[in-house]
Amino acid sequence: MSDLLEIDRLKVYFDTREGTVKAVDDVSLRVRRGETVCIVGESGCGKSITAMSIMGLVGSNAAAGPFVDGQIRFDGRNLLRLDRNELRTIRGREIAMIFQEPMTSLNPVLPIGEQIMEPLIEHLKLSRKAARARAIELIRKVGISRPEQIAKSYPHELSGGMLQRIMIAIAISCNPKLLIADEPTTALDVTIQAQILDMMRQFKADSNMSILLITHDLGVVAEMADYVVVMYSGKVVEEGEVVELFTNPKHPYTRGLLKSKPVINQRQDELYSIPGQVPNPLELRPSCYFHERCERCMDVCRTREPRLREVGDNGKVACWLYEEAVVHA
Amino acid sequence: MSTIGSEITKAGTAGTAPVRSSMWRQAARRLLKNRLAMLGLAVVVFMFAFCFIGPLFSPYTDNKIHLAQMNKPPSPQHWLGTDALGRDVLTRVMQAGRISLTVGLASMVLSVFIGSLLGAIAGYFRGICDQIIMRLADLLLTIPGLPLLFILGALLSDWKVPTEYRMYIVMLMLSLVNWPGLARMVRGEVLSLREREFMQAATVLGLRNRRKLFNHLLPNLVPLIIVIASLNVGGAILSESVLSFFGLGVMPPTPTWGNMIDSANNMIDFQKRPWLWIPPGFSIFATVIAINIFGDGLRDVLDPRPRK
Ligand SMILES: Nc1ncnc2c1ncn2[C@@H]1O[C@H](COP(=O)(O)OP(=O)(O)O)[C@@H](O)[C@H]1O
Ligand code: SF4
Ligand SMILES: [Mg+2]
Repeated sequence: MSDLLEIDRLKVYFDTREGTVKAVDDVSLRVRRGETVCIVGESGCGKSITAMSIMGLVGSNAAAGPFVDGQIRFDGRNLLRLDRNELRTIRGREIAMIFQEPMTSLNPVLPIGEQIMEPLIEHLKLSRKAARARAIELIRKVGISRPEQIAKSYPHELSGGMLQRIMIAIAISCNPKLLIADEPTTALDVTIQAQILDMMRQFKADSNMSILLITHDLGVVAEMADYVVVMYSGKVVEEGEVVELFTNPKHPYTRGLLKSKPVINQRQDELYSIPGQVPNPLELRPSCYFHERCERCMDVCRTREPRLREVGDNGKVACWLYEEAVVHA
Repeated sequence: MSTIGSEITKAGTAGTAPVRSSMWRQAARRLLKNRLAMLGLAVVVFMFAFCFIGPLFSPYTDNKIHLAQMNKPPSPQHWLGTDALGRDVLTRVMQAGRISLTVGLASMVLSVFIGSLLGAIAGYFRGICDQIIMRLADLLLTIPGLPLLFILGALLSDWKVPTEYRMYIVMLMLSLVNWPGLARMVRGEVLSLREREFMQAATVLGLRNRRKLFNHLLPNLVPLIIVIASLNVGGAILSESVLSFFGLGVMPPTPTWGNMIDSANNMIDFQKRPWLWIPPGFSIFATVIAINIFGDGLRDVLDPRPRK
């Protein structure tokens, strides 16, 4: 059986007035059934654009949209080749997505209940009555009491944590095969974060759903991931099983991230103390994009790009330190 | 396990946060607290009652000409005097108000309907729809409203449209002139709404365009449309009055506030018989101001974003 999601050499290039921004450059990744894959990386490295490409949210309005190339195979179909109607039957039904800001992802003038009912009516063809009953059940399922009243309330009447629960209720309403969560807990405070993550894990265990979780927080990764993909400047620099990656990180960037990771079980917003800054996406030349910040930078790093290659079992890294030809030279 | 259990109890306490009634009821409550807006509403309601119910209590509704009673100043029999044909001015003001308010309301409904529909389509679907609709709107907007109305009114007179139909034609004219501005406002709002995250979330849920447009976009437009509509009635009443004042709108014997002022349009009436033009003039003034004040109050109250 093929993997649930296979992204193959995805490229998303934005043409801007100042030049081309390669937001996602040759990214491949796969998510197996029932697996949680985390994409980590600093802000601006292309995590959200990757997620939005899966949902068909980039390049859809062709005129102003970016250049998109590669394949995104979901359950055997290439999502980038589907027409609008085919996409619509997958969105919300087979792939669900939750965003960072629950407050702005819900319609401010529609009651919560209505918003939970919509995908049920659209995809599962439930009657309004059945959908309403199911919506109330879902609100209860995400741990909110008095679901009937919550169903009638409006987003601005609930807290961020409750709204994110509602977003999860909407996302799991049609039993999707894949849940994409783009920084789902970044906007929430720490205790609420833990509750939301617990809940996602719980639902995943109940339903064999796969999760593609996007975060810049290694604490979240440690808690959730089976497999980790580290991105930097639109590229995958390292990937591997979570235990292997945490115990034996290879790429200097990953090591930096882990070094700056605080005590276990204690999350915080500013993790990174790696010196230097992400390079300007408009000024990228063939090189290792991390070389300006890398302690172990070599001559070759400044002029040639390292390829992502397999190291150890089931892990990959893109770094000249692991290219034998160079190391032996 | 214990984490799940504690999580549910925590959520349970969170779930008891006060759940207030619908946003419409909240808006109504805020509106009731806005004194100025309520004053505006009271005046509007009064004007409607005055014009539509008032004549029922008047003994002078027959519109007969009483030459013996020509141009009499206010008296116990005729509170606001009589006009050049001996008709009771108070009754005429009420009957004229019926026409003026009806024309204002009807043309508002029509222009809001056309404007919102076309504006929403242009903003939501963009592309060729947008081009066609907005170029047409721009074309109409390049001609200032009143001159355009004057030209149309003059054409009406040339074409000898029977006076009893002119009222309906005037409604159509006002709608024709007013919809482009509305369409432009609605389109702008739709363009910004469609980029909002919740619209993207609706796309991600796999909802159809129809559902996105009618269930998600339109309810967000309702406040704007209500505000535009209320402010538009005032404008339409004013335009109708101006047109009728210049003899290009609704014509006598159908009375409107505008053509009542027009019939007092000479130095003698103006200086010596203020009861002929002050009542209709004041009616226009009070109604339009009241509607605009109320509309502003609505605008303050119907903004769905939570206030700080
Ligand atoms: N519409 C756009 N036009 C140009 N550049 C864009 C656009 N959207 C995103 N980008 C660029 O793509 C890069 C990746 O963005 P994103 O995926 O949102 O990062 P993150 O990893 O923080 O989610 C950023 O450098 C951003 O500047
Ligand atoms: S390729 Fe060179 S610069 Fe890049 S991470 Fe490896 S050692 Fe550092
Ligand atoms: Mg992001």
